[in-house]
Amino acid sequence: MRSLLEGIPRRSLAALAVAGVALLAAPAIADAYVLSVLILCLYFAYVGQAWNIMMGFAGQLSLGHSLYVGVGAYVSALLFVKFGVNPWIGALAAIAVCTALGLAIGVLAFRFGIAGVYFAILTIAFAEFTRIGFDHWQWAGASGGLFLPVEYRETSDVLTLRGSPAMFYYVMLAFTVGALALCRLLLASRLGYYWRAIREDAAAAEALGINAFGCKMAAVALSAALTALGGVFFAFYYNNLFPEQIFSIGRSIEIILGPIIGGIGTLIGPIVGAFLLTPLADSLSELMAWLGIDTPGVKHVFYGACLLVVVVFLPHGVWPPIARLLGLDGERTRRG
Amino acid sequence: MPLDFYLNATLSGALTGLVYGLMALGLSVIFGVVRVVNFAHGEMMTAAMYVAILLASAFGLDPLVAMFPVGALLFVAGYLLQRTLINPFIVRPEHTQFMLMVAVAIILVNAQLLIFGPNARNVQVEYALDSYALGDIIIDKVRVYAALAALAVAGALFAFFRFTLTGKAIRACADNHLGAQVVGLNVKQLYAITFGIGSACVGAAGCMLLLLVDVTPVQGPGYTLLAFIIVIVGGMGSLTGALVSGLLIGVTEALGGLLILPSAKSMATFAILILVLLFRPEGLLGRRA
Repeated sequence: MRSLLEGIPRRSLAALAVAGVALLAAPAIADAYVLSVLILCLYFAYVGQAWNIMMGFAGQLSLGHSLYVGVGAYVSALLFVKFGVNPWIGALAAIAVCTALGLAIGVLAFRFGIAGVYFAILTIAFAEFTRIGFDHWQWAGASGGLFLPVEYRETSDVLTLRGSPAMFYYVMLAFTVGALALCRLLLASRLGYYWRAIREDAAAAEALGINAFGCKMAAVALSAALTALGGVFFAFYYNNLFPEQIFSIGRSIEIILGPIIGGIGTLIGPIVGAFLLTPLADSLSELMAWLGIDTPGVKHVFYGACLLVVVVFLPHGVWPPIARLLGLDGERTRRG
Repeated sequence: MPLDFYLNATLSGALTGLVYGLMALGLSVIFGVVRVVNFAHGEMMTAAMYVAILLASAFGLDPLVAMFPVGALLFVAGYLLQRTLINPFIVRPEHTQFMLMVAVAIILVNAQLLIFGPNARNVQVEYALDSYALGDIIIDKVRVYAALAALAVAGALFAFFRFTLTGKAIRACADNHLGAQVVGLNVKQLYAITFGIGSACVGAAGCMLLLLVDVTPVQGPGYTLLAFIIVIVGGMGSLTGALVSGLLIGVTEALGGLLILPSAKSMATFAILILVLLFRPEGLLGRRA
């Protein structure tokens, strides 16, 4: 605990505490709609944080993270639907499978010196390959989708992941806080420094004796494992899975928008990004409905334009300038 | 299945593949010179296809004729895009360039959805159902025309890079950015021209492809990915590589659709990409960096 909080300025600690209390109290105040948006925010904050380990810390651009979400979701859901396996045991299986997948892709890519754009395309290719595979896998529901039985119940049961939205909210909140704490510890660890050395200059890092291959493999494995858990949550929260949706390139891009908009390589950036973008997309839908515009596309044109503005004018994301403004930039991990 | 069935598929796949090759050539030119990853490539092609459809319905222009005005339009669009939006990003890290182009792509896809609606559209030409017969093999006339047009445009591009001063200057920028600046080349201008040329290529390829497939606004990302796969398989920066690899991918798609399932045809394409990345990461005809 001490090493977790060590070195954080008091102001930042206070801000964190305020945010924590607000998040803990939110379900008591929020209505069903706001709660559903908040759950989505937390979900994207969590998977964004997981993605950030690979890209933000170790500098490996993955554009295929929907692969781990999808496989994680399918493994746990299939175990549950077909064999009645408890979701948390299913989650362990999902994490194991996704870690293995991440390691396999890592071995293929890093052994052969595939980096940058090539690596990114390789990750997309694996996600697309898997999508088409699941699209034709009859046992797993193929393109028709896989559905989890939904039963209405008053009580929430965390052990079987069945219950009210508020329960899912707290589960996701716990994941998000856990991932944040883990990333904070990782950044302060030897491995975290190795990652950043590799990110800045792989050749120089290797010359200093850092085992770049091993460090990159660790990043991929950790990132895949954490993302898989996000997939498990996705499966049991939404209760339906379609390969066309869960494995799509669009999903992968959604995952990485949060950390990039928030501030890549920072701890708070992925969370801030998710909490900005998700409500933005949702309030745009609301605004369009209010204005009586139901033409498809309007909302996303605006969304794209917002993205463009942020990318052009805030190349390091929105968090670093906000942090500076609030005097919270004690964070030493900022990029650039 | 009889042998001529496969021959038929191979040949028509190869002809489509040449058009794919031209599309990828545009991407390869942009990446090879400007070093920017154009993740809006397929979306730009879709936009070009819609312009060609408008020209066809307004003036009855054949897509193969429309490729000249459409190519010119895309050149201007690409030139301006590079000049205004992309140029400041050249020195920024790869992932921010990627995000910029993703934003452009999102806007393009949805603007098309907004303007043209979600339904598939196409252009009917008079010779759409004509075909040539070579013994047992029957080839669609549109496919032959499209492939010949793709070869012609690619040939013109090769000649441009080989024989014109501007072409040579662009190659100099690609080879040595600093050197090009030292000898006084206007690199900014040349980059913008290159982006324009790459865009014109993909615009022309779109017109040709219009003879073969329907257009929907959401097809863009799929073509972007396809163009990337072709460029990587062929070798980044290798123009012949892009054409050869387009041919290869076209045939793979056609045979994959025949042997596995039409909906799973791109699995074969991804398999080729993964194999190439593993065993020849510089691409079939690329040079090792």
